[in-house]
Amino acid sequence: MNSLKVIFDVDTWQEIFGSIAKNKTRTVITVIGVLWGIFIYITLSGAAKGLDNGFDREFEDMAMNSMFVWPQRTSVPYAGFKVGRYPRFTLANVAQLKKKIPEIQYIAPRNARGVFGGSPPASVVYKEISRTYNIYGDFPDYTKISTKKIYKGGRFINEQDQENQRKVCVIGERTQEELFDEDENPLGKYIRINNVYFQVIGVHKYLEGGGFESDGDIFIPFNTFRNLYNSGEEVDWFTIAAYDDADVVAVEKNVKDVLKKIHKVAPEDERAFGSFNIGEVFNRISGFANGMTFLSLVVGLATIFAGVIGIGNILLISVKERTKELGVRRALGATPNEVRIQILLESVFLTVIAGVVGIILGAGVLAIINLFTQDLSDFPYTNPTVPIPLVIGALTTMVLLGTLIGLIPAQRAVSIKPIDALREE
Amino acid sequence: MIHISNLHKSYKMGDTSLHVLKGIDLQVQEGELVAIMGSSGSGKSTLLNILGMLDLADEGEYRLDDVLIKDLTETTAANYRNQFLGFVFQSFNLINYKNALENVALPLYYQGLGRKIRQQKAIEYLDKVGLKEWATHLPSELSGGEKQRVAIARALASEPKVLLADEPTGALDSKTSNEVMGLIQQINNEGKTILVVTHELDIAHMCKRIITLKDGVIVEDQKVEQVIAEVHV
Repeated sequence: MNSLKVIFDVDTWQEIFGSIAKNKTRTVITVIGVLWGIFIYITLSGAAKGLDNGFDREFEDMAMNSMFVWPQRTSVPYAGFKVGRYPRFTLANVAQLKKKIPEIQYIAPRNARGVFGGSPPASVVYKEISRTYNIYGDFPDYTKISTKKIYKGGRFINEQDQENQRKVCVIGERTQEELFDEDENPLGKYIRINNVYFQVIGVHKYLEGGGFESDGDIFIPFNTFRNLYNSGEEVDWFTIAAYDDADVVAVEKNVKDVLKKIHKVAPEDERAFGSFNIGEVFNRISGFANGMTFLSLVVGLATIFAGVIGIGNILLISVKERTKELGVRRALGATPNEVRIQILLESVFLTVIAGVVGIILGAGVLAIINLFTQDLSDFPYTNPTVPIPLVIGALTTMVLLGTLIGLIPAQRAVSIKPIDALREE
Repeated sequence: MIHISNLHKSYKMGDTSLHVLKGIDLQVQEGELVAIMGSSGSGKSTLLNILGMLDLADEGEYRLDDVLIKDLTETTAANYRNQFLGFVFQSFNLINYKNALENVALPLYYQGLGRKIRQQKAIEYLDKVGLKEWATHLPSELSGGEKQRVAIARALASEPKVLLADEPTGALDSKTSNEVMGLIQQINNEGKTILVVTHELDIAHMCKRIITLKDGVIVEDQKVEQVIAEVHV
């Protein structure tokens, strides 16, 4: 009988089922070893993927290579200035930065009230309702750095709004809920912000992970903000996006160096400007996620390996116990190859069954975890999946290992002469 | 059917060598029922093992149905055993997790026969030994005599040229021994060549010819008046 035919022969499998079913408890315990391995592997790498997806989601509304830069207090006396000065960014800095640093793709100056300590939020009135909300003065380019999803019908601030210093605003979902009736369309309505009427042009959908932003924020054109608060040329902070291929860490350093020069801050003063580099944080986090994936691969494979060795071990014992049976089979005409293939297939079969059950259980656990974490918006965990090629890869590895490890008991089974096997009691 | 000349076999036991068969010459014709007798250590089991191709002789010639049995690999030996020989053991050697039918069908599986034919033949031979009703029973649910009858059915199923029985009644009481020997006689009467190794004289006398081994040589070879086994069912 040729070996390929044997594998697809119903009778071969019947023989294998027969001998596996003979000792159910042992078979189950053996299978659990490998099952545990693949289960750990699937669960861990799925969880790692979930974390990875979760981090991606946290940052989905921000350009990956963007950063914020804001002024703080100087800590080094320089150019005749004392320590503890507050340098102020100005609109003129935008052109200066763009000129000096070609890696900058977009730069959006922002002003805000109510966000950081010191400035009160805007008081907003619509009909009889009066509330306070954080308010931002923004350039249209801001949406190219930080995506703002605007509900249907509305829009974000555009160039015309900016040029004409229009009194228009984009409000948050919460602002809409609190100020307007449920069935009232806020678009086109006028609300009073610090006693000035503004027309609502859009409602933005709140996205998690936007840092200090909230679902009540109101965005107005930068120039309008300037008039409203009389802030002149001043800019609270810059939001900067570098080109995709730029090194964000280097860009961040350059931006600070240029700003230090402009604002006469000591080059060695690390505390004069604060910054938050999303690109760098993102790189670090995705590095962490990659590490998790790698770790789960190593742990999973090691556990699978241990499990497969367990199968080999049990089959060795089983072959020893079945010495006589195998002797009888050979006396009845089983060739050494037939015996070998039978033991090998037992090994592979057990491994594959264990693998498939492990994958199913792992997928089940991932689904349950997903169910529980779905509604947790502050927990970075989304859609834990294991890519199919990895699953197939794991199964192939197991079949391979199962075959290799099965070779040992298979060889052992035929190394005893049938006559000695028959004599064994 | 069986031609053996000048067969020698010795086993190495550490430094010393044990010469078990010291030149056996034996001819067995088709349809004979031969008892091989001898005390333990006389070499009768060794002879049977060599006849059964489970062991190889050191020297001498062995022809089975005009096929020279020499320099066998494990694989060809397995194929010859499967085609030419049927084994009946003292301890039955049924596979305990297979039922009677599956046990009988096992050599047919190794012959590469299809599933239906195997089932059909196995039923046929179980019927022949009177155990058709017990086809689905496991060996543990059968008595010693029934087990041996299943084993005989299994040995016959592959339609071997020679049936080799090693102490087939060694583990049975005298009543069931009679039953089993009656079955063996019946099969022999249908023309099958059978060799029975035994150390019991009454069993030997149920055969047609008795060969007595002592210290590795044949000391006596006589045709005997066959005692018909009385079967009390």
